Amino acid sequence: MTLTEPSSPVPTSTQRKLSTAKAMVEGIAQEMERDPGVFVLGEDVGSYGGIFSSTTGLLEKFGPQRVLDTPISETAFIGTAIGAAVEGMRPIVELMFVDFFGVCMDQIYNHMAKIHFESGGNLTVPMVLTTAVGGGYSDGAQHSQCLWGTFAHLPGMKVVVPSTPADAKGLMISAIRDDNPVVYLFHKGIMGLPWMAKNRRSIGPVPEDEYEVPIGKASIVRPGRDVTIVTLSLSVHHALDVADELAGDNVECEVIDLRSLVPMDTDTILESVGRTGRLLVVDEDYLSFGLSGEVIARVVERDPTLLRAPARRVCVPDVPIPYARSLEYAVLPTADRIRRAVLEVVTA
Amino acid sequence: MEPKIALDLYRTMVLIRTFEEAILREYHADKKPVFDIGAGQIPGEMHLSAGQEPVAAGVCAHLTTDDAVTATHRPHHFAIAHGVDLRKMAAEIFGRVDGLGHGRGGHMHLFDPDTHFSCSGIIAEGYPPALGQALAFQRQGNARIAVAVTGEGAANQGAFHESLNLASLWKLPVVFVVEDNDWGISVPRSASTCVTSNAVRAAGYDMPGERVEDNSVEAVHAAAERAVARARAGEGPSLIEVHTLRLWGHFEGDAQGYRPDLEGVPGRDPLPTYEAELRRAGVLGDAGAREAADAAAQRVEDAIAFAKQSAEPAPETARDYVFA
Repeated sequence: MTLTEPSSPVPTSTQRKLSTAKAMVEGIAQEMERDPGVFVLGEDVGSYGGIFSSTTGLLEKFGPQRVLDTPISETAFIGTAIGAAVEGMRPIVELMFVDFFGVCMDQIYNHMAKIHFESGGNLTVPMVLTTAVGGGYSDGAQHSQCLWGTFAHLPGMKVVVPSTPADAKGLMISAIRDDNPVVYLFHKGIMGLPWMAKNRRSIGPVPEDEYEVPIGKASIVRPGRDVTIVTLSLSVHHALDVADELAGDNVECEVIDLRSLVPMDTDTILESVGRTGRLLVVDEDYLSFGLSGEVIARVVERDPTLLRAPARRVCVPDVPIPYARSLEYAVLPTADRIRRAVLEVVTA
Repeated sequence: MEPKIALDLYRTMVLIRTFEEAILREYHADKKPVFDIGAGQIPGEMHLSAGQEPVAAGVCAHLTTDDAVTATHRPHHFAIAHGVDLRKMAAEIFGRVDGLGHGRGGHMHLFDPDTHFSCSGIIAEGYPPALGQALAFQRQGNARIAVAVTGEGAANQGAFHESLNLASLWKLPVVFVVEDNDWGISVPRSASTCVTSNAVRAAGYDMPGERVEDNSVEAVHAAAERAVARARAGEGPSLIEVHTLRLWGHFEGDAQGYRPDLEGVPGRDPLPTYEAELRRAGVLGDAGAREAADAAAQRVEDAIAFAKQSAEPAPETARDYVFA
């Protein structure tokens, strides 16, 4: 991979703009039109349109045969998606909040992720499991986690996490077309929801045609010479805000949006750290045994001399997400925490 | 019952028993004098289905290989009755490269795309994917169905109840089969389940429920005929519970010290029982019985030989098949 190669269509200012939620739905709709085997199921995905607007308008467009509201029975309906995928359909199944994975994890990691392997490659499970992640709006410890590291830890499923409207559409199309199970985690804070404080980048240019953003290719969303910030999802935007601000102080941050955990684009990380010599990982998932440790380990395993200063990480310290706003923002990877960490890394 | 159907059921049961007796021999042959579960040419846990043949033979007699069967961690009888290739199945049990999963699955994880057969090592969790197979068949507009099997212990798992509800709600072409062998490993049904029959639970999900009490293959055949017809006609799922019998342990190496009924168990073996019944009815004679036994022995011998000559998977391929 070269650093100059655009890994997704570069939107221009003349393009129409969409929220991430609408871009995601547009990707699903275009694939449903293209492939009659694609269908959507899950809780409140029908007339409600997904509680985070991830399926808005699909029922009206495709009808109840292809957009199926399910009972609150995650084990049964995620298993249903698995069986349908094994028989050649391409289901998109929504687990409303990632925090609910405990009620259905067997279907996800023992069935969805293992059938291809256990069958010695004779069966494929081409499905997408979508789920909402992330906090920042006082939804408490059972509705605010990211947990992508948990899925990435368990072999057999790809794990993608978009941060922009254009990527949300392109990654969705890639996920639907992929012959593997893909877990697609969307952060509530990037969706551009009308009832949530909006991130300014949650509405952006999105090409109208169908296009794929390849799974496994990170994006250098801002080049810089002084420090590599490896991150994903909502934290990309916080990192960009910090980078903009610190540029005035002559600190140039390179911001890498991973876009997928499995597969992870290690090469892009290594090339960047090779140039900057400094690494900060920002992750809204828990600190220990997760993404941040994995990224640092991959760099150190390859060549510990790449780092001119100790690597740093800004993550959720190992505590459930608190309810009170003051506490929640004390543990989330806010711009303040990222800025402090960048300054520590570049002055070390 | 028509003699031809009766003989087919008998032959299926004989083939299953012959296969499992061979697996039993091969499994234990290299694990003595001190039992070591990971040693030998068939490593790992082994759950054999001897005594439960009537369930698989009776149900699968109504299926073609276009229909799906999702079995449990005790899967061999259903796999054989559903027509899974005996050679590939044996090779998978031996962990060999020519096995169904090229040695990745093992005896609890048999997947055969040719017959839409699969099984799950996790209690009750084979039910939900069967719903999806049934949904796919329903969408294709043909009369294919899915059969989902659990043991009676699994009927207390959430996946069981979620699946019954969703299948009934969407009128999916599914036949739920519960094998009640009285034991969830070491715990008797009476100590784990609040109802004496899981068939009554079907009523809670607005579907027919039927319990076959006597492990009779002909009674299972009759019950399955009704359930399969209903599923094929688009009328939705049914549940059949068969009060069957686990002749041997939960797994090989299980001394069954918990089991007070053990002495009387061999006398309730459904295979000699059915053979005697067919002889009394004049459907089966010495020649027919010998023919069934010889045919089964030949097929099983061939399958075991195939498995043994197949190579172990090369260590450098250990990471294959994680992704398509």
